[in-house]
Amino acid sequence: MRKTWRKIAAICNAYFAMWVEYRAEIYLWALAGIMPLILMGIWNQVSKNAAFSLNPNDFVRYFLAVFIVRQLTFVWVIYEFEYLIVEGALTPLLLQPINPVWRFVLAHITERIARLPFSFAILAVGFLLYPKAFWIPKLSDVALAGAVVAAAFAVRFTLQYAFAMLCFWTERAASIEDLWFWFYTFLSGLIAPLDVYPAWVRSAAELTPFPYLLYFPAQILVGRPVPLLRGCGVLLAWGIGSFLLYRLLWRLGLKRYSAMGA
Amino acid sequence: MRHLKLIWLFWSTSLGSEAEYRINFLVACLSSLGNLVGSLFALSLFYQKGGQLGDWRWLEALIIMALFTILQGTMRAFLNANLSRIVEHVRTGTLDFILLKPVSSQFWLSMRRFSPSGLPDLLIGIGMLGYASHRLSLSPLAGLVAMLPLASSLLILYSLWYVIATTTIWFVKIYNVTEVLQSVLAAGRFPIDAFPPGVYRFFFTFVIPVAFMTTVPARFLLGRGGLDNLLWSVLFALGLFTFSCLFWRFALRSYGSASS
Repeated sequence: MRKTWRKIAAICNAYFAMWVEYRAEIYLWALAGIMPLILMGIWNQVSKNAAFSLNPNDFVRYFLAVFIVRQLTFVWVIYEFEYLIVEGALTPLLLQPINPVWRFVLAHITERIARLPFSFAILAVGFLLYPKAFWIPKLSDVALAGAVVAAAFAVRFTLQYAFAMLCFWTERAASIEDLWFWFYTFLSGLIAPLDVYPAWVRSAAELTPFPYLLYFPAQILVGRPVPLLRGCGVLLAWGIGSFLLYRLLWRLGLKRYSAMGA
Repeated sequence: MRHLKLIWLFWSTSLGSEAEYRINFLVACLSSLGNLVGSLFALSLFYQKGGQLGDWRWLEALIIMALFTILQGTMRAFLNANLSRIVEHVRTGTLDFILLKPVSSQFWLSMRRFSPSGLPDLLIGIGMLGYASHRLSLSPLAGLVAMLPLASSLLILYSLWYVIATTTIWFVKIYNVTEVLQSVLAAGRFPIDAFPPGVYRFFFTFVIPVAFMTTVPARFLLGRGGLDNLLWSVLFALGLFTFSCLFWRFALRSYGSASS
């Protein structure tokens, strides 16, 4: 147990040092997630003269919550994995007495922590633009949202990592992530809260896992009622499914892997 | 003349090497079609329950979307492939070879690559533009006048992009800047009047001039453009372009070749 902790601490330290060195890159990633703030302005303005079920302030809060959830659940492991495979750089990682997935997990977590101050600075700008929309979520909501965001991140990560295993077979595994991201963009509530979707699109979206990755935690943060049991159930089911898929593809893939470039 | 010949050589060789990866083109076609469906859906959400983007009716907003798609196609076809190259050249030190070539290095770096994966977006954008202008029965004369602000908008896009590409001289590992640029430019999907007055409009007009990229050309297409709009967009484009050239020269002074 002590040994495990020491490994974790060592890897985290190494990554922190790296992120601090490349902080410009991290800040750029944070900025790249600014889309919700752009949409926030538009929706706030449009809703002033239309009969949506949300008022202009609700839209501001919703998109700020979406922004934060996105900042915390952003996953890029497939691109790194693809790079490692194509360059043949995965081989040294396989020789180490630790499953490489833990490196990626810790890299994602430390990167998040290094970026958070900057994300909050962007959030503060959002509140400066709309001081009337400022709200402090209930502590219980924050705790709940934190847990759901962690679960959403875990699902996103595991599934993307399972997709990344396809790199053992093809050099273009990231295409499947792009396809997935298309559905994510339009069904997760990133472009608009599901409340303004046409009813049939909304019920179709709720049959997919996408809303539970973004809309669901964002709703908790803004303090609106959510189908808690159902949401957690969907996340759990997708988490387990992705994990099994990852294990299967990992085993099959490793057998195929012929250390190119090593 | 010499430059035109070079462009022809650059692009035909790029096309030749891209022809090796035909499946990429197919993927690009599918992703453009997917984006079309998605963006139309996203736009339609605003036009429910009496909602409207500024004073732009649905078909007029489609024109903005069409212009945006054309710009996106331009980026994919001409800019992005070159950007990743610039980063690579700086990282590995091969920029030296380009600096030694008897042609402007900015020209070489910006024009070297052409990627057919931008073509589907260009075609879809032009198609949408044709459809919307036909339904609105816009006058061809207005279309002709709109060419000038449209050219400015392309020049603005290019200059912004090149300024960002230039920063690789200092920060080598910034291939994700395209992501930032792309996400901010996404504001160009919407007319500037759809944003709340104040900070938003100021930012998207003067800091990242998205307003000049889609809204102003669209106004001219609709015959609503004023002389001041035209003047500003041309001035802005020329100013930014000059800045991008100066900035590149300035950056080269801090370039310490990595290869030697």
